[in-house]
Amino acid sequence: MAVLTQPRSRRLARPRGLAWRRALWGYVFISPWIIGFLVFTLGPMIATLGFTFTNINLEQAKPLQFVGLRNYEKLLNDPTAIHSLSVTFRYMLLALPVAVGLPFVVALLLHSRHLRATGAFRVLVFMPYVVPFVAGVLIWQGMLGSEGNGWINNFLQLIGIEHPPDWLESTTWIYPGLVIMGVWGIGAGVIIYLAGLKGIPTELYDAARIDGAGAWASLRNVTIPMMSPVVFYTLVLAVVEVLQYFLVPLVLKNGTGEPGGSTLFYNLYLYKNFFAFQDMSYGATLAWVLFGITLLLTLLLFWGARRWVYYAGEAR
Amino acid sequence: MAAGIGLRNTGRFTALMRRNGRAESRGPRERGDGTRSFLITLIAVLFLAAFLSPLLRTATFAIKSTDQISQPGSPVYPADPATLEYQGESLDVFNVPIDGATRQLALLQRGRTESQFVDPANPEAPPITWQGSWRTLEPAWMFAPHWENFAEVWDLIDYPRLLFNTVAIAVIGTIGTILSCTLVAYGFARFRFPGRNLLFTVLIATIFLPTAVTIIPTYTLFVELGWVGTWLPLLVPAFFANAFDVFLMRQYFMTIPTEMDEAAAIDGAGPFRTLVSVLLPQAWPVVVAVAIFHLVYSWNDFFGPLIYLSAQPDLQPLAVGLSRFNGIHYRNPELIQAGTLMTMIIPVVAFLLTSRFFTRGIVITGVEK
Repeated sequence: MAVLTQPRSRRLARPRGLAWRRALWGYVFISPWIIGFLVFTLGPMIATLGFTFTNINLEQAKPLQFVGLRNYEKLLNDPTAIHSLSVTFRYMLLALPVAVGLPFVVALLLHSRHLRATGAFRVLVFMPYVVPFVAGVLIWQGMLGSEGNGWINNFLQLIGIEHPPDWLESTTWIYPGLVIMGVWGIGAGVIIYLAGLKGIPTELYDAARIDGAGAWASLRNVTIPMMSPVVFYTLVLAVVEVLQYFLVPLVLKNGTGEPGGSTLFYNLYLYKNFFAFQDMSYGATLAWVLFGITLLLTLLLFWGARRWVYYAGEAR
Repeated sequence: MAAGIGLRNTGRFTALMRRNGRAESRGPRERGDGTRSFLITLIAVLFLAAFLSPLLRTATFAIKSTDQISQPGSPVYPADPATLEYQGESLDVFNVPIDGATRQLALLQRGRTESQFVDPANPEAPPITWQGSWRTLEPAWMFAPHWENFAEVWDLIDYPRLLFNTVAIAVIGTIGTILSCTLVAYGFARFRFPGRNLLFTVLIATIFLPTAVTIIPTYTLFVELGWVGTWLPLLVPAFFANAFDVFLMRQYFMTIPTEMDEAAAIDGAGPFRTLVSVLLPQAWPVVVAVAIFHLVYSWNDFFGPLIYLSAQPDLQPLAVGLSRFNGIHYRNPELIQAGTLMTMIIPVVAFLLTSRFFTRGIVITGVEK
């Protein structure tokens, strides 16, 4: 190749070689992630997909076989899988508005110019976020207890509700109970919303005031549209997280799905199939279906976002 | 600090860090703001009280006795039934209604229709007789924190070992995360190479990937390698960078001007040298933020240690140990709550000491995307 190189292009080859060397350095520096991505993410993802078409098993008593779509067929006819999916969606319906809305309301409160000692409030609202989640579950388990020691029911009785719900043992009230437990995780959302609120140009509020907008009108017409990208980001992250939800019930109910199967979340069923029943191929199938649902919902959200998410130019 | 932050939107971020930052106040306070300010602050205080009340409950339950917890109508604060040492005997103290007032008296002589009491304030005086069944009386309580609960949990769950495991896993993982994420973030922030944007998008997309879709082959791989039952499955992946921290560091690096890099290059410094002696000294806030994030993440991690260390109690961290402890001692809520406090105290204190770095990291990853 060197023989064929024209003098003119050789002159160009020098900077090109330097750029190429920089590029090589770039690859060298990102190589830890590339290797990790191939070994711990992409490889396993493809392997998981492969497993779904086989009868692969940790023990592998029967010979390894290609079974086509039989695992997917099994899933569609598995009432437990369908039930666990409905559990996850039931929880999602209740948890999403809280996960997206509550941090917003709290951020508005903390952002208020009327609030004193905002720094201290911010730190304290965020603090439970760093409490290890097992500790959080045990703290809230006591809080929601129904045998006279649960402060929530003590409080409800104090304000005149004689028979407060048995939060953690009722197939209905367990979902609100789990949502209440999750409230300690709002810290990150609050901080992100707060930063978004600070980013709204003051002029917009001034203009709204000149147009005669009160507090409510400027919230509706300035704050909420300007905050929609942050709300959207929080929503997408919350959907992805809620679809994978199962650790709290795992600790709370030791993975039994009690009461009455109401905490048999989809992901819990998935992990039980793999770790308890050692059924790799079916666990993998459940995992890919979860991935598919996540992808589908995320795409739906992005598609719907065009209608309500407002991007105020590049600068935001 | 404010001068060295060097974030893209420095104004916004310093405003966030400032308490009651003047820069963001929207004009002069109007009339009647005093009342409004009081109301808003009151709402915030009430919300915070409800929000943090579980902590107070845990703190009081941790120093109660099992007896008190099982007794309905016992005080909210840690207390023991009050007693009086009287002539070599231990007498129970009750709340006795006498002449329209309630007095705390020690029960000397039990009776169905009338009982005799000793006044603890004046034990030398002759016993007081009270008409009525002593069984209808409420016992009196005496403030008594049971600090020994912590000592009991300390021994029962072998706290020093669990703490050592937790810290060791967290520190080694943090070192791995900082080393790998610094290199990868530097690569993405300072070098042009074909496919860079695509690779960066893929990196970010992994944040949204459900763990379940990779865990089965990964677990199987670790079984084949003989790593299950050791710390390796928890530590080794940390040395291969993660999307969240790379993103955080890359955003930070990109705010640092390239002139100094170029000057260093002209002076003959290689890319690695430039990173260590030019970029890193300016980027220490983000390094601290990543370190705290990983420490908290690692302290919080439950599922990883659960599946990889379930057969090795001696190697487990606090989170798994606490869950196991809860399974065994669920009849002793005070011990569970004491253990809970002992598990969370270190990350909470660490957060309170470094909250500025923490919130800033979250803001960068959340808003800049």
